[in-house]
Amino acid sequence: MAAEHSGEATPAPYLLEARDVSRAFPGVQALDRVRLSLRRGEVLAVVGENGAGKSTLMKILAGVERLDSGTVLLDGRPLRLGGVQEAQRLGIVLIHQELNLAENLDVAGNIFLGREPRRGGFLGLVDKRIYADAEPITRRLGLDSSPRAPVAGLSIGQQQLVEIARALSLDSRVLIMDEPTSSLTQRETDRLFDVIRDLKRGGLSVLYISHRLKEVEEIADRVVVLRDGRNAGELQHDQISHEAMVRLMVGRELKQFFRRTHVPPAGNVPPVLRVERLRLDVGTGQPISFSLRGGEIVCLAGLIGAGRSELAETLFGLRRPLSGEVFLDGRPVRVGSPAEAIAHGVFLLPEDRRSQGLVLEASVKANVTLASLQRVSRLGLINPPRERALARDLCQRLNVHTPSVDKTVGLLSGGNQQKVVLAKWLTRSPRLLIVDEPTRGVDVGAKTEIYGLMDRLAGQGTAILMISSDLEEVLGMSDRVLVMHEGRLAGELPREDLSEEAVMHLATGGGHGS
Amino acid sequence: MRKLAGIGLFLLVLYGSLLIANEGARSAENHYNLGRDIGKYGLISLGAGLLIISGGIDLSIGSVVGLSATVLVILLTEKGWSPLLAMLATLLVGCVIGLVHGVLVTKLRVQAFVMTLCGLFIYRGLARWLAGDKAMSLGRGFPAFWRDWLYRSRAVFGLPMSLVILLVIAGVAAVFLHRSVYGRYLSAIGSNERAVRYSGIATDRYKMLAYVLCSVLAAFYGILFVMETNQVQPSSDGNFLELYAIAGAVLGGCSLRGGEGTVVGILIGTAILQLLGNLVLMWGIPSALEYTVIGGALLLGAILDESLRRGEGRRARGAKEGEKEKQEEEQKDHKPA
Ligand SMILES: Nc1ncnc2c1ncn2[C@@H]1O[C@H](COP(=O)(O)OP(=O)(O)OP(=O)(O)O)[C@@H](O)[C@H]1O
Ligand SMILES: [Mg+2]
Repeated sequence: MAAEHSGEATPAPYLLEARDVSRAFPGVQALDRVRLSLRRGEVLAVVGENGAGKSTLMKILAGVERLDSGTVLLDGRPLRLGGVQEAQRLGIVLIHQELNLAENLDVAGNIFLGREPRRGGFLGLVDKRIYADAEPITRRLGLDSSPRAPVAGLSIGQQQLVEIARALSLDSRVLIMDEPTSSLTQRETDRLFDVIRDLKRGGLSVLYISHRLKEVEEIADRVVVLRDGRNAGELQHDQISHEAMVRLMVGRELKQFFRRTHVPPAGNVPPVLRVERLRLDVGTGQPISFSLRGGEIVCLAGLIGAGRSELAETLFGLRRPLSGEVFLDGRPVRVGSPAEAIAHGVFLLPEDRRSQGLVLEASVKANVTLASLQRVSRLGLINPPRERALARDLCQRLNVHTPSVDKTVGLLSGGNQQKVVLAKWLTRSPRLLIVDEPTRGVDVGAKTEIYGLMDRLAGQGTAILMISSDLEEVLGMSDRVLVMHEGRLAGELPREDLSEEAVMHLATGGGHGS
Repeated sequence: MRKLAGIGLFLLVLYGSLLIANEGARSAENHYNLGRDIGKYGLISLGAGLLIISGGIDLSIGSVVGLSATVLVILLTEKGWSPLLAMLATLLVGCVIGLVHGVLVTKLRVQAFVMTLCGLFIYRGLARWLAGDKAMSLGRGFPAFWRDWLYRSRAVFGLPMSLVILLVIAGVAAVFLHRSVYGRYLSAIGSNERAVRYSGIATDRYKMLAYVLCSVLAAFYGILFVMETNQVQPSSDGNFLELYAIAGAVLGGCSLRGGEGTVVGILIGTAILQLLGNLVLMWGIPSALEYTVIGGALLLGAILDESLRRGEGRRARGAKEGEKEKQEEEQKDHKPA
């Protein structure tokens, strides 16, 4: 299908414009006459709760999804997009919320996938030039892995940088970023923002989606708020503030940041978890020692690739340590598999919901009850009404937005998928809960709910180890912060010494803390 | 649900065209034979189907049938075992084979396709070696009591016994797959093993179970086979059966990507395959073309399935005005997970 341009050639006020765009899915009106307009050289942020329709709108603009009604205009001319290639040819590039990398290829191979310079005529050999070409882009973004590194071995954050690099390597006029920073740490985010500002000066327009409102305050020139698939309001540059955005998003006031209500027990409580000279199978393999008391929320901070997820996976029995010991409630344990970890009361909320957390083709119900089917079954037979009731209850407690618990979980919005993964553990009472990016892609309201849940669990004596690249979250939630750098513990910061600067100093390898 | 209705309809059409073929096709005798074959083939399709749903595959089914039939004949003739004991031992052979597949696939991470392809060669060779590479006859025939009871009897509503056995096993399998915790794990493993493992479920155990079920059902087929023929030809008996088993499961809606499929679907798929064979015979189509007809039907099924999928997507996208579609979708959503 060809893009249809019509009308006269007067310079349009907007580069890209969506007029009364609607789109329905079975059971949901994802978009209802949504309007949006993007100026040249502008960073326009789109915010809204999980399931508000942000990703759907972006997919429509980028030619990935169809619209039911309404028009999209480029340069003031109506545009009928037939597909991604065509949108890209017209200069509209989308970075998807979920990762879409070819796991078998290396970094450069992914960046130039489909646009490889060829040589050898009909043999179609890929020119080695891609490695040299990839280098400057990855360096600019602060991706420290080689262009020849297979992406399967990269962390989620690094993979996200590869996605961004791929988009940057395309010649674009409109760059759409759907939660590009959801697993990036402060440093990579800062770099990305530098890049965005550069591009903006070059006349590029950016559509930016994020649930990290602080980022939006920092980078956006204007904010469009969606609520339940409708326009809920717009904020000009000088009106942008955390409170204003939240008010439009949820339709009511919400306090600035979650406050912990439970304080960890003072004094000499025996630790729930003690790790002695544990050497991970990644990085420098230097021994790690630390301990965690019940009721404490300890955060593991660090840059991406610092070995935080690897430590979590080792404690959950997914990786073998090279050496060292782990004690739970004073007893030495060897955790060989997740099943054993769970038997010991150790639970993990994994980092990558799609590949590690969810059975995407199955229903919401089947996913939330997967780890607690015993509760709703007798003699191995599932009792469907009880399962349904349990699923409904779990979804309600985390406010999962879905028309029914029978909906295929892969069709939920990203943040709602994250809530489903978390809901799975709500029936258990863990001794040690490891959460890896618990609020990745989750909206403000749900974040508060997740924080409240963690706070409650801590109040019941659970030790919580939290991995997060969201500094605001780290500062707000933790009793203590352990900072990792290149596979080792770079230092520890008690709550009173916590500050953005202190964490960043240690995370970038700058000497020991207190 | 829609898929099941589709293949069910196809089955009815085939059956209708069988009925109008000729007198012989309509006869009770032909129906009896058809039922008996469906009963036998259904067993292996069921085994293959459960395995496919769990994300595995078994290419060795035919060789396992050959080996177990050979073992059974040897135990009954040369070793003089009692029939019951010999049959149990034969099932045990299937069990051990399945366990070996399961262990090698889960613990040593051998790919299922490769593992069972090796099995296809290994068990065929073993069977020939055990039998001295020649056909073996049961002599006096299979002990009458067992043969009459398990194979020839029409005790239940005049149905062939193998069909009755299949229906009983399928009933148990349906409860297992669609209603039990284990079946839920099995199909979830088929679509994302990692997520299931991360949920604290010992996934290897369930995968092994699927391999064992598949091979035990193949061994059972071997027993029925000996009852039917009173002899075994180790070099060829059971050849290609794995392909029939897999074809039945796939026609019945099991996706080779794993995680998808129903017991009823597998039964319908098996019945379609057998009906096709019977139709070729009854309509006087050259029997040389039988495989071609089956292959064509399978291909057609695959194409229809894929376009149905896409059609559903398209309809869902156009669902803006249609309350009707919404209702349809809801019905679809209520199918058993
Ligand atoms: N392919 C699909 N099929 C069915 N429903 C869908 C599909 N894609 C999206 N939806 C539904 O449309 C609604 C909007 O989803 P969308 O992904 O646009 O939300 P979002 O604003 O990006 O949320 P998040 O912040 O969680 O990413 C959700 O209710 C979602 O379940
Ligand atoms: Mg989204």
